[in-house]
Amino acid sequence: MQTIPINTINSPTIILELIYRLKVKDVMTHKLISVTREATLREVQHLMKENSITGVPVVSDRRLIGIVSMDDIIQALDFGYIEEAVEKHMSQNLIVLEEDMPVSFAISYFDRYRYHRFPVLSKEKEIVGMVTTRDISTRLLWEINHEVENLERMIQTTKVTDGLTREVQSFSILKHDFENAGFASTEIKKKLKQSGLFPKTIRKVAIASYELEINIVVHSNGGRITAEYGPDEVIITAEDNGPGIEDVDQAMQTGFSTANEWIRSLGFGAGMGLPNVKSVSDDFSIKSGENGTTVVSRILFSEQEKVHLGTKTTKE
Amino acid sequence: MATVEQIQDELNYKVRQAKGIEKTITGGYTGDLLSDVMGNAEEGNVLITIQAHKNSVAVASLLGLPAIILCNGRTASDDMIEAAGEQSIALFETEDSQFTASIKLNSLLSK
Repeated sequence: MQTIPINTINSPTIILELIYRLKVKDVMTHKLISVTREATLREVQHLMKENSITGVPVVSDRRLIGIVSMDDIIQALDFGYIEEAVEKHMSQNLIVLEEDMPVSFAISYFDRYRYHRFPVLSKEKEIVGMVTTRDISTRLLWEINHEVENLERMIQTTKVTDGLTREVQSFSILKHDFENAGFASTEIKKKLKQSGLFPKTIRKVAIASYELEINIVVHSNGGRITAEYGPDEVIITAEDNGPGIEDVDQAMQTGFSTANEWIRSLGFGAGMGLPNVKSVSDDFSIKSGENGTTVVSRILFSEQEKVHLGTKTTKE
Repeated sequence: MATVEQIQDELNYKVRQAKGIEKTITGGYTGDLLSDVMGNAEEGNVLITIQAHKNSVAVASLLGLPAIILCNGRTASDDMIEAAGEQSIALFETEDSQFTASIKLNSLLSK
């Protein structure tokens, strides 16, 4: 098994970028606990215990001259020379990292040499820190978290064009994320306002997308809202990952809601969501099963609107 | 034409967020069920409600409502004030009930 289970050659691009962008100095411990050559192994043993570390560098005039590991201490206890100076017993066969090396280097060093820590040197060959596998894992986990957050945000606003005149916008919606509820519909509305649609049409799309978005937040395990902008219509599609609507006919009735007290106290669960969507749609369809519900709302532009938008030429 | 500013000047409702205060108002809509508001409030209406959270701002923004009046002494949460600022939707608080606030707003509109 690898010490740090990250492949430095063919991991996802984002991970590769990360381990090349991060330098050893970004992950290492700057607080250096070291001893001089005159220190005894006993002193090192105490330092290890007090600071919960397993290796102590031996330093002379800011230069690294050796390292004492936990193994060296055990040896010393076994053979009875624990009170002797470190100079005689420290490991001098040193493998070091430089502070400006990318983290990918450090990862491959850990795999190659099986040490638990490496001393880190500056360009001037002075010791500036220590790096352990834990330092690297912790920092990577933190960075990966951050990258995933960014990715999620990007997915929400990915725009693709299907090659024709249709532009498509897609937003992922999380379960019970009341904090961001309305974000997708607001973006969709912004887009429509720029396109010069009539306020009446924008209102219809805003109602449909908002209700469908809230439904995903309130009732589903999470899902996705997609808006397709055609030359003579807007299609809003809401898809979720379940649990599905038990009785679709009942859900379509005004006033029927399965929302709990807490959700109602926030002003949701009036039982008007789906009926509102249907009433503003020119075309409405709903399909539901335990793997998810898909609602499609199509809102057509009026003839005048199409002329106004220039998607249709007037006949003389 | 009445403006949002009159809600502050004439009704003495406490302003929590003043951006958008210059907008004109065409009427009001009173409701605490957001889907009901969504389906029935018209652009330019002031929303009279007790829902003192961010989702009311989302609804107001989608419908083009210029202001929200929070009734019965409800106080706006910080993130609601922030969201309202971003969307330029004026935010007011009052001890009045939704019924009283509606009557007062109506008298202001019919001047």
